[in-house]
Amino acid sequence: MTISGTITGSIRALSRNPTRALLTMLGIVIGIGAVITMMEIGQGADAAMKQNMESMGVNTLVIMPGAPRVPGGKREQGSAMSLQPEDCNAIRQECTNVSFVAPIVNSSGLQFIFGNQNWTPRQVIGTNDDYFRIRDWEISEGRSFTQREIDRRECVCVVGQTIVKEVFGGSSPVDSTVRIKNVNFKVIGVLEKKGANMMGMDEDDVVIAPWTTIRQRITGLKTGTATNTKSTATTTPGSVYPGEGVAYYPEQAENLATDTLLIPKFTQIDQIMVSAVSPDKVDAASAEITAVLRSAHNLPDEKDNDFHIRNSAAFMETFSETTTQMGNLLLAVALISLIVGGVGIMNIMLVSVTERTREIGLRMAVGASSRDILTQFLVESMILCAIGGIIGIIGGHGAALIVHSWKGWPVLANGGIMAGAFLVSTIVGVVFGFYPAWKASRLDPIEALRYE
Amino acid sequence: MSSTETTTNDVPLIRLEHIDKAYRLGSELQVPVLKDINLEIRSGEYVALTGASGSGKSTLMNILGCLDRPTGGKYFLDGTEVGSASNDVRALIRNRKIGFVFQSFNLLPRTTALDNVIMPLQYTNESLSAKEAKRRGEEMLCRVGLAERMYHHPSQLSGGQQQRVAIARALINNPPVLFADEPTGNLDSKTSVDVMKMFDELHARGITIILVTHSFEVAHYAKRIIQLKDGEIVSGVYGEQESAL
Repeated sequence: MTISGTITGSIRALSRNPTRALLTMLGIVIGIGAVITMMEIGQGADAAMKQNMESMGVNTLVIMPGAPRVPGGKREQGSAMSLQPEDCNAIRQECTNVSFVAPIVNSSGLQFIFGNQNWTPRQVIGTNDDYFRIRDWEISEGRSFTQREIDRRECVCVVGQTIVKEVFGGSSPVDSTVRIKNVNFKVIGVLEKKGANMMGMDEDDVVIAPWTTIRQRITGLKTGTATNTKSTATTTPGSVYPGEGVAYYPEQAENLATDTLLIPKFTQIDQIMVSAVSPDKVDAASAEITAVLRSAHNLPDEKDNDFHIRNSAAFMETFSETTTQMGNLLLAVALISLIVGGVGIMNIMLVSVTERTREIGLRMAVGASSRDILTQFLVESMILCAIGGIIGIIGGHGAALIVHSWKGWPVLANGGIMAGAFLVSTIVGVVFGFYPAWKASRLDPIEALRYE
Repeated sequence: MSSTETTTNDVPLIRLEHIDKAYRLGSELQVPVLKDINLEIRSGEYVALTGASGSGKSTLMNILGCLDRPTGGKYFLDGTEVGSASNDVRALIRNRKIGFVFQSFNLLPRTTALDNVIMPLQYTNESLSAKEAKRRGEEMLCRVGLAERMYHHPSQLSGGQQQRVAIARALINNPPVLFADEPTGNLDSKTSVDVMKMFDELHARGITIILVTHSFEVAHYAKRIIQLKDGEIVSGVYGEQESAL
C-alpha cells in the first residue's frame, strides 16, 4: 500500500464522519491553541520585560580605565588615563553587538547657580547624545545637544527634574542661562523623571552637557591622585579655565616608563558607556570591545588590559532566570494541555476502532495485512492531530491577537514555535494513536466480520 | 480471467489433506468442528457447501478463504501450502487469489459504489495509478450492470444492487476463486435469482465458485454439492470428474 494511497484512504475514512473527526480534533485544537496563545502572550511579556530590563541598564557596559602600576602596588581602578575619544569611535565602528557608545566625563561638587539660587547637583556629566539612548532617558522638554555643539564645546546643558524643582521652582528652565564654575551655560532641555537608582541615589539631580565642554571648560584633565599633581607643565586647561588638581601630563616614575604605553592626552575621558544590542549579547559585546580596545591601545599579548569592562552581572542573572522560569512555566502548561488532547484522541480512536470493527474485518478479508491496518489508523490519528494542530495554531494566534487588542497585552508571534507546535501535534497523533491502531491491527478477521 | 486459464486441470486448485479444526473453550475443553476433511476442488468448479447450522460449513469456508487456520492437516491452494503460511502471506493470498461475497454485503457506508469496488486495490503490491484503479472499478461495475450507479452510496442502493457491488469488489483483482457466504441470505427471492444468475455467468467465464448455503434451492445452482454434517463430509467429496472414474 502506497503512502499517498494510505493518506487519501485515511482522509476519505475521516470525511465519512466529519462531526466525529471534528470532535476528536477538539482536544488537540484547544491544546495547541492554548499553547500558541500562552506562548505569544508569554513571548510578548518576555520582550516587554527585556525592554524594561534594558531601560534599567541590563545591557549597559561601562568601560573604566585600568589601575596603573605604581611602585609598591596598584592605584585605584579608573585612575589610569587610558581611554580616549578615539576608543569610542573604534568601538562604534568595529563592534557589531554594540548599539550606542557614549564617552563620559564625570564631575561632582560643582555649584550650579541661577539668579539667587545656588545648588550643588549630585552629578555633572559630560557625554554625547547616545547617553540618553543608553539610559533610555527621554527629554521631556527642549532638546538634547547636537554633535556640532559637542565639537564646538558649546556651553549648553540638559538638566534633571530635581534641579528644575530646586533651582527653577518648577518653572521651565529652557533658555535660561546658568553658571557652573563661573562658566555660563544655556539650559536647552529638561530630562524626564527617572527617580532614584538601585542604590537610592537621586538620578534626577543631574546636569548633562557635551563632554568636550565639561572636560575642557570645567574639570580640566583629571590626573587622579596627588602623586601626579607635581606637574611642571605650564599650560593646563586648569589654568585657562578654573579648575584644581589638574596637570596636562602626569609625572611618571622612571621605573614605570616602559610600562606606560599611552601618553595621556588632553582629551582623555573618564569612562565609556556602551549598550549591547540586547541583554543576551552583553558577553559578546564585551569580548568585541576588549579586542578592539586592546588593538587600539597597542597592547602586546603579554600585557594585561589597561581598562575594565563592567556589566550588571546580577541583573543579567535575574533576567535570564526570569526568562527561563517563564519558559518552563509555559512548557509545563503546554505539556499538560497536549497530554489532555492526546488522551482525547486516543479515546475517540479507540471508539472508532470498535465502531469500525466490521470495516477492519472486511479490509483484512480483502487482503489488508496487520501492518496496513496499523498504518491506516496511525495515519488517521496523525492527520486528525495535524489538522487539529493547524486549526489550533490559527485559533491560538487569533486568540492572542484578541487579547492584544482587548487588554493591550504585548504579544509576539513566533514562526518557530508555530512549526514546533505543528510537529508536536503530529507526534501526539502518533503516540496516542498507536495503541488504538495496534488494537485494530490485532483483530481477528473472522471475529471482526461477525461483529455486530 | 487469465489466471484461471493458466491453471492446468491436473493440479487441483484446492486440496485439503486431513484438515482438523477444534475451537478451544477455556483451558481444557476442545470443541472439534471439522474432523479429518479431505477434499479437492478443481479450477472452474461451481461448488456448494451445505449443511445444517453447526455442521462446520462456515468454519470450512473460513479455512478455505485463508481467514482461519486449521488445527491440523494441510491446505494446498494453487499448489502451495497456505495453512501454515505467515499472516502477511495469507493477506496477500486473500488479496490476489480469493474474492469474498458476504451475506450482509459488508460495503463501507458513506462511500460510493466505485470506491467500495476499488478498495481492495489499496492492498495490492502492484502500484496502480488512481486513474487506472478507477478505470478497473468502472469496468467491474459495468460488468455487474451498475454502470448507472457508480457514485451512489450503499444506502442509496437496493439489497440486490449492494450485493452486486460486493461481487464487483470481490472480482476487482481477478481472483481464481470466489467465496460466497450465504450470498442470498439477505435478499428476497427475485433478487436472489438475479444474483445466482450472475454467479452462473461468472462460472461460465471460468471462475471457481464456492458457495456456502443452507438453502437447497441456492445449492442447486452449483454443479457439485458438498454436504457437511457434524464436521464431516457426508456427500460430494468427489467432484464430477472423480465420480466419473
